[in-house]
Amino acid sequence: MVGVAFTVFLAGSFFRLISMWRLAKKKDGLIFSYISIFFALRSIVHWILPFAGVSMRKHPAMTIVAFLFHVCLFAVPIFLSAHVILFKESWDISWWRLPDMAAEIMSWSVIGSCLFFLGRRIFLPEVRYLTSLSDYLILAAVAVPFISGLWSYHQWAAFQVVMIVHIISGEIMLMIIPFTRLSHMLFFPFTRGYMGSEFGAVRHAKDW
Amino acid sequence: MTKRSVQNISTIPDEGIDKGAQRLTPDQVSRVIRRHLEEEGGARLKVYTETCVHCGLCSDACHFYLSHDHDPKFSPAGKVKQTLDKIIRKKGRVSIDFIKKTAEIAFTECNLCRRCVMYCPFGIDVAYLMLFLRRICHKLGVVPQYIQDTAHSHAATMNQMWVKDDEWIDTLHWQEDEARDEIPDLRIPLEKQGADIFYSVIGPEPKFRAQMIYQAAVIMNAAGMDWTMPATPGWDNSDMCMYTGDEEMVARLKKVHFETAMRLKTKRIVMGECGHAYRSVHDVGNRHLGWKMSPLPVMHAIEFYYELFKDRKLKVNQKYDAPVTLHDPCNVVRGGGLHEMARYVINETCSRFVEMHPNREHNYCCGAGGGVINCGPPYTNKRVVSNRVKADQLADAKARGAKTIIAPCHNCFGGLEDIVKHYGLGMEIKFLGDVIYECMDKE
Amino acid sequence: MNHSQWDWNVGKKAIADLSQWQNAFEWVEEPYASPDGEMLAAIVKTGDSEFSVCENGGLWENYFDKIWYLRFGPDNSTVALVSQDSMWTVAVGGQPWENRYDFVWDTRFSKNGKHIIVAAVSENKYFAVTDGAAWEQAYSFLTNLTVSDDGNNTAAVVQSIPFNSGDIFKFQQGCYTAAVNGETWDNNFLNVWEMNFSPDGRHLAAEARRTLFDYTIVVDGRPWDNNFSSVWKPQFNPADGSVTAPVREPGGWALARNGEIIWDERFLQLWHHQYSADGKNIAAIVAPEYGQRTIAVNGKPWSLTFNNLVTDLVISPDGNRVACSARAARKWLIAADGKRWDETFDMAWAPVFSPDSRHIAAKVEKNGRFFIFIDGKPLKIDFTAAWAPVFSPDSDKLLVKGIGGENEGQYCRYVFKLSALLV
Repeated sequence: MVGVAFTVFLAGSFFRLISMWRLAKKKDGLIFSYISIFFALRSIVHWILPFAGVSMRKHPAMTIVAFLFHVCLFAVPIFLSAHVILFKESWDISWWRLPDMAAEIMSWSVIGSCLFFLGRRIFLPEVRYLTSLSDYLILAAVAVPFISGLWSYHQWAAFQVVMIVHIISGEIMLMIIPFTRLSHMLFFPFTRGYMGSEFGAVRHAKDW
Repeated sequence: MTKRSVQNISTIPDEGIDKGAQRLTPDQVSRVIRRHLEEEGGARLKVYTETCVHCGLCSDACHFYLSHDHDPKFSPAGKVKQTLDKIIRKKGRVSIDFIKKTAEIAFTECNLCRRCVMYCPFGIDVAYLMLFLRRICHKLGVVPQYIQDTAHSHAATMNQMWVKDDEWIDTLHWQEDEARDEIPDLRIPLEKQGADIFYSVIGPEPKFRAQMIYQAAVIMNAAGMDWTMPATPGWDNSDMCMYTGDEEMVARLKKVHFETAMRLKTKRIVMGECGHAYRSVHDVGNRHLGWKMSPLPVMHAIEFYYELFKDRKLKVNQKYDAPVTLHDPCNVVRGGGLHEMARYVINETCSRFVEMHPNREHNYCCGAGGGVINCGPPYTNKRVVSNRVKADQLADAKARGAKTIIAPCHNCFGGLEDIVKHYGLGMEIKFLGDVIYECMDKE
Repeated sequence: MNHSQWDWNVGKKAIADLSQWQNAFEWVEEPYASPDGEMLAAIVKTGDSEFSVCENGGLWENYFDKIWYLRFGPDNSTVALVSQDSMWTVAVGGQPWENRYDFVWDTRFSKNGKHIIVAAVSENKYFAVTDGAAWEQAYSFLTNLTVSDDGNNTAAVVQSIPFNSGDIFKFQQGCYTAAVNGETWDNNFLNVWEMNFSPDGRHLAAEARRTLFDYTIVVDGRPWDNNFSSVWKPQFNPADGSVTAPVREPGGWALARNGEIIWDERFLQLWHHQYSADGKNIAAIVAPEYGQRTIAVNGKPWSLTFNNLVTDLVISPDGNRVACSARAARKWLIAADGKRWDETFDMAWAPVFSPDSRHIAAKVEKNGRFFIFIDGKPLKIDFTAAWAPVFSPDSDKLLVKGIGGENEGQYCRYVFKLSALLV
């Protein structure tokens, strides 16, 4: 099952990137000639460093939460000791593990971040206006594996059932990445890099 | 603070949109849109519309949003949601009224200033999406009347203002005559093959602001430049077709412009103080002709003035004394990175300079760009009301002493004039060329 | 033009001393040399609001309030647009045409120089004028003056139907057409742009737009059956009279004849196609890929491409060679038959083929000096101003015209023997 999830995620991501690349070649061919590695990286670096850009400085809470969220979102599933052990057992590969305490704090951070994002969607008019059901579902898809994971870790009520929820929801999240707005994970380097190239090499301006 | 004057803006009657829409059938709408999505909806459209996570961070970038009391309908993503998202979701099966609303949003509620690109973490280019919509409107024949008329003028005369071939030459002769009263041996050299510079302007210069050609001639003369202007169509560097979505005409206009430079064998094109024309010549029109960059060097007036002062080709008699502030035009700053050069020229010519905030790439758009001012009088009030934040920004610069606004772009100049008047700011607006002309040693 | 009567004796002829002119007149505008090189002329200011043309040191017998667009005709006559008492006309060798107009511009010559054609306006009505005789009809708007090779036929784009300012819907019904010798075509179009006469001058083909989105080629008022998303200037095949034009197809630009695509190749750009004299070969400026330009002959692009631009496409008299000027990596250069000359320039003018098609000469500029190159090698002399070189009819000699070759300000014509240049 995990294998299926990883396959769908990897194959799906590969498929999305390749089909987008082919579409770009076919209908947006000119964009390739404007890609500048230097300016693409310049832009990407400015957008993955917290507070490097004006927009991030204008929204400090969002910036902190967003960075915390993304770091934890990646780190916990990959470096959680329970997961690393599972990898070891299944495929005999292993790597560095997070101390459980850290993983727990980080998981709570993800849940807290999701609540923060939920709050933005509910209470900020400019975000509420843009929000549709799918945005809530995606948020839930991200939050549920962490809630259920903590639940199981602490062996709260019905944790065996919740463990199954954890496994399934985690796999679902992984599998839907390429096919939902979560695909921003795949496309971020390209959209940002392209815009960074256009702004840097053609327009001689910053884009942050 | 400027007075608050947000009004509830309802759909504005516009003959181009209303009568254009009357010619449509719902079938035609969906057919044209589907075909357009099929032919031109590429990876950028798909990635931009599918990657947006609806975070709302672009809102703060947009002067429409900020000026309309943070009404989310005016946020960049909000405008996409109301228009393009639905069109894509419904695969073009939208009503004719929906198209009318889409046209109004795409043509008059976005200046294509690209400020939001700098606030979107993914760099989603909302200007690209709005232009995509404008092209759909063009293909449906639903375009605001005034800007469509301008596009027609481009097509018929190769300039923006229905200036006939002889009227253009006559204007140059006239300005040369006028200038000779001041500088007896001044020339506006016409059709001088092999000159270093082809000086090109936008249609409104001969039509309404002919003194700018006079001033440019005085500057060229004092700096000892080897320059020329053509006596044929192709003299106009402007391009409203870029904003109506008529990309085939964009190509035609830029072809005649670049080929005029090639015919004259000039080494470079120096353009007057116009932002959108710079966008067209330096960034957009060349692409429609299959050129990665402009085939010949293209310089905006800011760069040219910078060169003249840097090389000590121009001298200043007495610096401009009233404190000035600078409006950084989107198309030459966010679109060309000329902001420091503009400041250099101001430093050379003005004794007191007050920055407005935000500035440089982050400056607020004048509200006139992207063809919005060219949509004409029906939208003047909406345009000015939709840029209260600009008025606040100017008022702040004024409170810190600025008396004159330097706006090195025609559209910005016109847009700021309307804002200054509407909000009673009492500030003077000048082009960089005006200031240089006033201060320079003309001998 | 028959060049055989020109002076082809090898040697140098000093024709005029521009520095003397500059001392004699308040100002001297940029000079022009006659095709045969025997004359140098410039507009000069002779007094307060009084202008004339100085030819080889002598003035025209007439003075004018204004003079502009001084040019030499192919028959070596000096022609300029002149004004007296706010009325304009054409002056040939200083003699103004009898008829005067509110304004004249866009001087054209027949190939033999016998006819001179201008666009003119009087009382807000526009028309063309040939040798002082105006079209019988006049229009509220006129542009794109086009002249047949023999100068006997003139055409222009005119507005045929009036519309009110801002009436976009009327415009979209089609209010423009072409007028040939003053007579409009029967059909109207949204726009008519660049046009071409057939070599015999009897037919006219034009780029036109029938709706905001449908472009086509119109021949003698009849549009092709097919529309395209864009088209460029049509040409007549000199052999069979058929009309070809670059047209844009969904897959790129292609060449079409009478509405049907004739080249298999598709390009990102395709324009300025030209026929060889026998009509057998077609060369065009193309973009084989985004950001690159080159020349394609019969649809086959050169492998050598240029990243800035290609212009001045020239086909040799025998129809087998093609040359152009181009700009690549910010430098100008000359290329022929898929190979470029080694040297790069600050500017390059249209290359010139010898009548036997074996040699190519061109005027170029480098570091503010002008040079004449032949087959990629510079002549030993350089100038402060120069004109396009001309080969003798027997392809044996080269006529070079320039100022400041040896003495500052001195205009000379030189005839070199090719064999001496090419050692």
